[in-house]
Amino acid sequence: MSEVIVVTSGKGGVGKTTTSANVGAGLASLGNRVVLIDTDIGLRNLDVVMGLENRIVYNLVDVVEGHCRIKQALIKDKRYTSLYLLPSAQTRDKTAVSPEQMKKLIEQLKKDFDYIILDCPAGIEQGFQNAIAGADRALVVTTPEVSAIRDADRIIGLLEAHEIHQIDLIINRLKMDMIRRGDMMSIEDVVDILAVPFIGAVLDDESVVIATNQGEPLVGTDSPAGKAYLDICQRVLGEDVPLVNYEGNVTFWAKVTGLFKKG
Amino acid sequence: MNIFRLFRKKTSGNIAKDRLKLLLISDRANCSPEIMEMIKNDVIKVISKYMEIDEDGMEIHITQTESENKNGSVPALYANIPIIDLKNA
Repeated sequence: MSEVIVVTSGKGGVGKTTTSANVGAGLASLGNRVVLIDTDIGLRNLDVVMGLENRIVYNLVDVVEGHCRIKQALIKDKRYTSLYLLPSAQTRDKTAVSPEQMKKLIEQLKKDFDYIILDCPAGIEQGFQNAIAGADRALVVTTPEVSAIRDADRIIGLLEAHEIHQIDLIINRLKMDMIRRGDMMSIEDVVDILAVPFIGAVLDDESVVIATNQGEPLVGTDSPAGKAYLDICQRVLGEDVPLVNYEGNVTFWAKVTGLFKKG
Repeated sequence: MNIFRLFRKKTSGNIAKDRLKLLLISDRANCSPEIMEMIKNDVIKVISKYMEIDEDGMEIHITQTESENKNGSVPALYANIPIIDLKNA
């Protein structure tokens, strides 16, 4: 039984593509067959984050329009043999694909993959509607900023209206020193405001930028973000992974753990 | 006056949280703070005809409540209006 997960946020630039790449790679590293679909038609990005930009022959629009078979468009990952990418088209726009076509494509992919991860474009227009059309569950990515949280709240409302009820929250780019000073909203604050189950936090970590520069997902590496993404993947699989502290503030994380269990 | 208040400067994190809470109430209910203020003033006007109320202590906002028809949560208008004196009508 395969599961279709959409990674979405509303606001741009909060880390949807990085999260998609790392969750996809992480799930593959844990032994699952995974396909990542970049649904951001016109603004293709997941291929560069994965370091697969030189291998693209066909794309999502080619598949939907019948110019090629799905298997021809799928790009095998460099590191994980059970991970594939279906890249987006760069020279078309969001209207090139309809939600019905996305649903049909996902149904066809289900027989070959355990997890289908959809990297959603920013916004709430057609690109978003395409991305969520075939999804079973959602990972909503936000950062501890007013604008990102407001957009996340709007997205959560839209997901619920589309009958996607399993919604988990990832809080990205936390700066622990700012939280300690009281100059950044904490995990507790964000979870309290958005009122959806919390599945993991990723610290603002330079290694994310370095990994993106190199075109390699960092899930599973020794960096704080690499560990955080692997924990998120295990929680996506339903494992009870305790929230640990990657930097040394035990009491803070202990409080958050209590919060997580309630959710 | 209050020495302790000097040391308890409101942090920007808390300011952000408070702003968001208010903002999301109106976003979710599709109802602006201006409209809430108008509703509040109208409610004061109506209730004041019958009793003396504490206008400063009055709270009015939109919250979520569980629907009786199992439709999940629905928005509800919540009002807490302290009465100072019941006028003898």
